[in-house]
Amino acid sequence: MTKVAVVLFPGTNCELDTAEALSSLGADARIVWHADSDLAEFDGVVLPGGFAHGDYLRTGAIARFSPVMKSVAALAEAGRPVLGICNGFQILCEAGLLPGAFIANRGLSFLCKWVDLEVADQGSMLTSGLQPGTHLRLPLNSYEGNFVAGSTAARVVLTYRDNINGSDHAAAAVANEAGNVVGVMPHPERASADWLGSADGNLLLGSFLQAAS
Amino acid sequence: MAITRRPEIADPEGATVKKALTDLGYNEVRTVRFDRSIILDLEENDATRARDRAVEMCNRLLVNPVLEEYTVEVET
Amino acid sequence: MRTEEVDLEPDEGEVLTLHARLGLSDDEYRQIIDGLGREPSRSELAMYSVMWSEHCSYKSSRVHLSRFPTEAPWVVVGPGENAGVVDVGEGWLAALRIESHNHPSFVEPHQGAATGVGGIIRDIFTMGARPIALWDSLRFGPLDQPRNRYLFAGVVGGIAAYGNAVGVPTVGGELAFAEHYSDNPLVNVMCLGVLRAEDLVLATSGPPGTIAVLLGAPTGRDGIGGASVLASASFDETSLEKRPSVQVGDPFAEKKLIEACLELYRRKLVVGVQDLGAAGLSCAVSEPVSRSGHGITVDLDRVHTREPDMTAPELLMSESQERMMAFVHPDRVDEVVEVARRWETEASVVGEITSSGNVVVSHGGEVVVDVPARSLTAEAPRYQRPLGEPGWMEDLWSNTVKFVAQPAIATGLLQLLAEPELGSKAWIYEQYDYMLFLNTVVGPGHDATLLRLKGTDRGLALTTDGNGRVCYLDPRRGGARLVWEAALNVAMVGAEPLAVVDNLNFGNPEKPEVMWQFRETVEGISEACEALGVPVVGGNVSFYNETDGLDIYPSPVIGMLGLVEELIWPPPRLDRADAEMAIYLVGNEWAPNLAGSAFEKVTFGHVGGRPTGPDRAAGRAAVIAARRLAEAGTPVLHDVSMGGLALALAEICIASGVGASVAYSDWRFLFSEDPHRFVAVAPAAADHTISAVCSEVGVPFLRIGTMGGDSIVFDRGGVRAAVDLSVAVTAWRTALPEHLRN
Repeated sequence: MTKVAVVLFPGTNCELDTAEALSSLGADARIVWHADSDLAEFDGVVLPGGFAHGDYLRTGAIARFSPVMKSVAALAEAGRPVLGICNGFQILCEAGLLPGAFIANRGLSFLCKWVDLEVADQGSMLTSGLQPGTHLRLPLNSYEGNFVAGSTAARVVLTYRDNINGSDHAAAAVANEAGNVVGVMPHPERASADWLGSADGNLLLGSFLQAAS
Repeated sequence: MAITRRPEIADPEGATVKKALTDLGYNEVRTVRFDRSIILDLEENDATRARDRAVEMCNRLLVNPVLEEYTVEVET
Repeated sequence: MRTEEVDLEPDEGEVLTLHARLGLSDDEYRQIIDGLGREPSRSELAMYSVMWSEHCSYKSSRVHLSRFPTEAPWVVVGPGENAGVVDVGEGWLAALRIESHNHPSFVEPHQGAATGVGGIIRDIFTMGARPIALWDSLRFGPLDQPRNRYLFAGVVGGIAAYGNAVGVPTVGGELAFAEHYSDNPLVNVMCLGVLRAEDLVLATSGPPGTIAVLLGAPTGRDGIGGASVLASASFDETSLEKRPSVQVGDPFAEKKLIEACLELYRRKLVVGVQDLGAAGLSCAVSEPVSRSGHGITVDLDRVHTREPDMTAPELLMSESQERMMAFVHPDRVDEVVEVARRWETEASVVGEITSSGNVVVSHGGEVVVDVPARSLTAEAPRYQRPLGEPGWMEDLWSNTVKFVAQPAIATGLLQLLAEPELGSKAWIYEQYDYMLFLNTVVGPGHDATLLRLKGTDRGLALTTDGNGRVCYLDPRRGGARLVWEAALNVAMVGAEPLAVVDNLNFGNPEKPEVMWQFRETVEGISEACEALGVPVVGGNVSFYNETDGLDIYPSPVIGMLGLVEELIWPPPRLDRADAEMAIYLVGNEWAPNLAGSAFEKVTFGHVGGRPTGPDRAAGRAAVIAARRLAEAGTPVLHDVSMGGLALALAEICIASGVGASVAYSDWRFLFSEDPHRFVAVAPAAADHTISAVCSEVGVPFLRIGTMGGDSIVFDRGGVRAAVDLSVAVTAWRTALPEHLRN
């Protein structure tokens, strides 16, 4: 069974949902504490959404110094899949594992809303099972969801069909060069059953698990 | 304008960042407080009038007196 | 009075003025002296002032609140604890509580609302429950006034900032506007938590020898005297100067505190817990021991503080947020401290339970408080305040609109849709995380929110209802109607009404008219709860909602929890109507009455007449029929309430993106808000199901039209009034944003 670590920072709040969605897809998802985790035994890791360290200073700025981040970097280096969702995406950017940074949404308010996405690049572990152009429906849930690419070329793997938060390249998900580290701003785990409004998130999480196995 | 949190008002962000600095070994840090500065470029040559206007702006909009205090500096 | 200038170390001879400045009357001060047999110390006076404040002691309301029916076989914990707890089956319990943060939100809307959210969440996890949902009920003055826009945006922003970051989804809410709330907004927040039956924790101190451990954020000079000064005095011109009392919320600290406490409960490390809210440490040390009949010694020097040199009264009165008192067996203290450390939250051993019956507090090595615990709590003053029916009721009832001709139906409907109170609330709820925990089956924008009870096939439905206009015109009928409406709301998603919490927002209780409104409301709520067989499991009273002598509308808010034993998939939703489906109006046939209706208010600026009272038999029948229709798979069920049938129908059309055509005989039927009625939309083939259910339950029903087309058409004998669907959508969607842009 594919063994996945879901990292819990103080202030994280999507760890249970993420673990539940992964488990329902057949993974052995374990919640691990940010201060005492060695991730060597895991096939992949997810940094879930929430407000790690209260999002104080800058989102993800304090979390990147957590002991667990060395292990996350080692897994990424080893080519294992590393997925950051929402706040986890912001942490991966602050930690330098993904390019870019985040600022407040274009409308300067928190947005909890269903959004339509399009697969732009299937060369990442998150999108490898999906044809480019495929449409997905996922919930967005962020205040600082506005992606700023900066000077580095960002490998955009999912885009917003309506760029609601003002992200550069309408980027909803970004991968590293190798494609094994991916950050996604909308929440795949919140689109993990029809009764939640969509099960499209399972396509992305399934792809992640495929890469981890 | 330097806008500072009133000393008796809690600053959760400052407290959290202080802990993070301490965790990184900066044990000399006693307190961390988050304050703001706002820089205005005014079309006004008279320093006194500029200050008066700036104070008014602070009182009416820029400063939340529940939480904050401010000082105004004028550069000519 | 500027609270920061309250001198807690006055010269000799000034003590009498000090008690007055702390909000205690001369009689109350004498009661303290009589009880103690001596003058109280300053620290003791500080404790009495906060514990005997209206906010903490319910001294004006308690005699009336005993009227509420509070018992049912499924009630596990009734009123009096931090939250009500009911059995929801399969070993699960639900904890529910509602609280107001009206006055603090006026003084500083963002922090006032944020700390209100923090406080209600603590009430829930104090019971051992994981908080899983928030719901807010808000009242503001009209948005054409800039200050009201500021308050509105600040409150919504504060709820979003705190609720989102603390990780408890805000799954719904309710909103209304009236001039009466301009200088006195109402911010009521309800929180729902779930727990396993074996994990229930009560606010008890345990036996003598039990150790009191203070957990959470350090104590500062936040909200000193807030309980007596902010929550229990009326607003006037000087109230803006009271600002230094406002507390700052830290959702991050609260999130860590939630997780630390849930771990303590899981590992059975605590005997009891009490959160620190209004009256802070004073309340947290006296209430639990008062309940258990014991005493406590407290050493203030061991309290972890944020600021140096805090005095004993300051430490006792501080309302610093995100704090919790845990009562721990002496052998488990080290483990409790270790759990707190792991969650990066502070813990201090501050006291020990004794058999003395007294609260004994020391500071700087000296005893500064030594008073009977019960004198602070159970023996606090209770008032039977004078009450009298206002002289204006007869005039109000006879003040009706005389319609000489039928008003323009289409224009009337469009006006309603464009009202911020009635239009889309997406501007608000899209700023809230309403999906966390993957429980939200039917989300914001419906009559009730439906959550799954994780690990079961069950569902929990949540709603609140309030209607200031109707309650003003008849507090008893109004209070009762809110309960009936809330019951029907949860039935709209297939739930059985299970428990009520109430937030009673009223004006100045020292006015007989206000006390009469209060008593009438309590009576109305009680009658309806009895008729429904639904207990009141908790509540909150907020008095002194007045500014410059103008009292708010009597504004009870009824929170209702409903239970679905087996979730229906898909559940009834507003967006499931389709062309060709039949539209039914189910429920009592009243002689239409527009008293208190949104139509009269919006179209004529009129609030008058006597609203229709509820009917027990019709009310019960409507609730049962709705639940049966939901179980039978009816795609759309929608309560007829504010805005009447016309607005209910328009909301279905807008959500489903399809028009409708209905026939009517008397135009007043379209806008009347008479109770116990709802709209059902179903495929024509389901006609026999609808009629079978309604006949069986004994509830009248009428097929009034058909879905389809791209406009909403009202037809009276071939004379048609039509509203283009796209025009309706625009009016409804922009109602709130347009008014905020002004």
